[in-house]
Amino acid sequence: MTDMSTTRRRLLVSGLAGAGLVLPGAAAAFAQAPRAAGRKLVVIVLRGALDGLAALAPVGERRYGALRGDLALEGGLPAPGPFVFHPALETLAGLFASGEALAVHAIATDYRARSHFDGQDRLEAATPAIRDGWMNRALALMGPDAPGAVGVGQSMPLLLRGSAPASTWAPAVLPGADDDTISRLMDLYASDPMLGPALARALETDAIASAMTSGSSMGGPGARGAGPQAYALIAQAAGNLLTAPGGPDAAVISFDGWDTHVRQGAREGQLANRLAGLDAAIAALRQQLSQVWDRSAILVVTEFGRTVRLNGAGGTDHGTGGAAFLIGGAVRGGRMIGDWPGLDRLYEDRDLYPANDLRSLFKAVLAEHWGLDPAGLARRVFPDSGAVPPFEGLIV
Amino acid sequence: MSARDAAIAVNRFGLGARPGDIEAAARDPHAWLADQMDPSAIAGPSPGPTAQEGLAYLQTEYPRFRAQIERTGADPDAIQRQVRELLREPRLAHIAWRTGIAVTTPHGFAERWVRFWSNHFSVASNTLPMAVIAPTLEAEAIRPKAYGPFADLLRAAELHPAMLIYLDQAVSLGPNSMAGRFLDRGLNENLAREILELHTLGVAGGYGQGDVEALARILTGWTVGSRRLRSDPDDYGRALFDVRLQEPGTHTLLGQRFAGEGPQRAGEALDFLATRPRTARFLSEKLARHFLCDDPAARDIAHIEAAWMGSGGDLAAVARAVITAPSAFDAALRKFKTPEDFLISSLRAVGAPAPNPRQLYAGYVALGQAPFSAPSPAGWPDHAEAWASPDAVLKRLDFASALAGRAGRNARPRERALEVLGAGLTDATAQAVARAETPEQGLTLLLMSPEFQRR
Repeated sequence: MTDMSTTRRRLLVSGLAGAGLVLPGAAAAFAQAPRAAGRKLVVIVLRGALDGLAALAPVGERRYGALRGDLALEGGLPAPGPFVFHPALETLAGLFASGEALAVHAIATDYRARSHFDGQDRLEAATPAIRDGWMNRALALMGPDAPGAVGVGQSMPLLLRGSAPASTWAPAVLPGADDDTISRLMDLYASDPMLGPALARALETDAIASAMTSGSSMGGPGARGAGPQAYALIAQAAGNLLTAPGGPDAAVISFDGWDTHVRQGAREGQLANRLAGLDAAIAALRQQLSQVWDRSAILVVTEFGRTVRLNGAGGTDHGTGGAAFLIGGAVRGGRMIGDWPGLDRLYEDRDLYPANDLRSLFKAVLAEHWGLDPAGLARRVFPDSGAVPPFEGLIV
Repeated sequence: MSARDAAIAVNRFGLGARPGDIEAAARDPHAWLADQMDPSAIAGPSPGPTAQEGLAYLQTEYPRFRAQIERTGADPDAIQRQVRELLREPRLAHIAWRTGIAVTTPHGFAERWVRFWSNHFSVASNTLPMAVIAPTLEAEAIRPKAYGPFADLLRAAELHPAMLIYLDQAVSLGPNSMAGRFLDRGLNENLAREILELHTLGVAGGYGQGDVEALARILTGWTVGSRRLRSDPDDYGRALFDVRLQEPGTHTLLGQRFAGEGPQRAGEALDFLATRPRTARFLSEKLARHFLCDDPAARDIAHIEAAWMGSGGDLAAVARAVITAPSAFDAALRKFKTPEDFLISSLRAVGAPAPNPRQLYAGYVALGQAPFSAPSPAGWPDHAEAWASPDAVLKRLDFASALAGRAGRNARPRERALEVLGAGLTDATAQAVARAETPEQGLTLLLMSPEFQRR
């Protein structure tokens, strides 16, 4: 609770390399996990609902241009079929090309309403009950030999909550409110004659001050908060943690800021900035995990997709089918898996049809990467999912 | 209308709702408040050192410690810093204790009432001795007297060691007193002036310089026991009356003559000031400003003033008048929370465990209102302009964001918004919270919402 406007910048400038564990006993606890055999699993949760159609754009679809309007991409990075990767996803596209990443489109949980909180709960719990997370249940299934797990952030993500031990790690100094929260607050203050102008003036001043102190790209609009630059630093820190002697084998990272209702942007703009941040985080993980890369898998998931058509504010609203990625040296990549429903028929005439179930992806990773028994997965980790078969052959 | 009144009772007159508070108050919001107008609703006593213990330590142990440092040749600066830190510890502990009460008490109004008077009789940690004893005035004088006659509270506050030292009464002496005839020193008007201007009549209260000087003379004799005064060591740090310092004679204050030797003369003058109609007027307006509106309505002030005069300044009766003032339950939120209100109500709303004392103090400092450090004897300002500067709003946002981060993904902000704002929750805020992309963001927006920022 110190002066965040300066400490946040220090965090961004100095990186997290020197930041220690928040819980001093954590490293010792992780040392107790022989079974993991160093098979690293990272789950990156993109909170706010990534627009999958922007990240992996079906530019070759007949109706693409008409449906996406100003959000339609021109150009992009190579991907199979009608798809291109968003130009900001350079690292991801590169790993895809080298066979170290795969993608699933039109994928969703079995949740069909459109609340972020409930959607994220379902993503992490994988059941309507929200007592614990599927990753924790998987660890519990492995018993005392389960690998150590860490949530990157101040609070334990639902994915890791439950009976199996897990830790949390956070940078010593947390960044203050992010740009997205600030812009939502500006909306909330729109009719407040005192707070609205006060916040607006403060942001102007803060932008000027940060431009003066850092003299770089940190200045100007968007200078405040945990922007894309912070993503890479957090990923780098998570990578350090995963490769530290006695470090955990599983990590959960959360990146906020994907709720692009307004001015989403196409090649450039706020979503492109977030995607660049995600890409930088992937690059940082690739680098930090290089020693264990052939035993690493990184899941990138989000709670749901967004509307196919843009809304009246140049953004997209909450949808259903989204995109997910599995990245790593352990991944049999270079391809897209699952079904592609196309854009001719939309879910409720607005969303990408949810043709694939995220649990198929989760089950496959847990079975093939961590060697969990499929029967146990169906019974204890993903209850009532007998009708949802795992994908096959995702891990080398 | 009891749902709306419950939200107002808890948020406007209390310290902000914890989940469940509004529901508890909804049965009878007015009775919920009235039940707190009783000394038993006030928390205390403080676990920290008393003013006397703190000052006695400074008079005896501290010099001994310093002498020891000089003998051993240790780095005096380093040791000095350590000792200063050591002496500040009780203040941090006291602030943490007081915050802990505020965050957990079911008697939010009683605690607000104490804090109003603590700020009215503001003393600040502007020197080393004050750093040690500033918090003790609230603990020792305000809490025990907050629902008694105002005259008792006034005496307790003015004659407390922290006030006597803060406003220099401890070093004031009558020019014609026994001590004054041998020393080249005399009256110090500071306390007398502030009693008239800030604590009783108000700046427009109809007194003149002659009255200030008369009151200063009347107050002489009251001081704090010390080595310098050659007091009995048992009296070190105690407020005491020393006749050797008292200005003899008869002194005329606002046309009233105060004569005689001894401690009772000052007490009689304070009783006289406590019961002036100007005092009732000044304090009724200040109470209305604090609890109701930056520019309180004349009828609200008159309502409180009538209760004050009718009860002879009985503070429980005055407190009841505050909550029964004509606009007490108006729906419009006219008061912008002070940083302290905001910090405490946020901790209550979130239900997070209070941070450790140093983090907590850093939080108060970052928000611009560290307890017991008001910039002047007038205490902290009580109007929105003082607190709603652009940077201050941004600081609140950073605080809210950090607190939401601690609360984490389990925050359930939609439910919490209803629980802590009740009928006061606007559609706009409900929608913003529901649409937030993470629970932390939803909680941040709730804490920063226009209706949470006000009461």
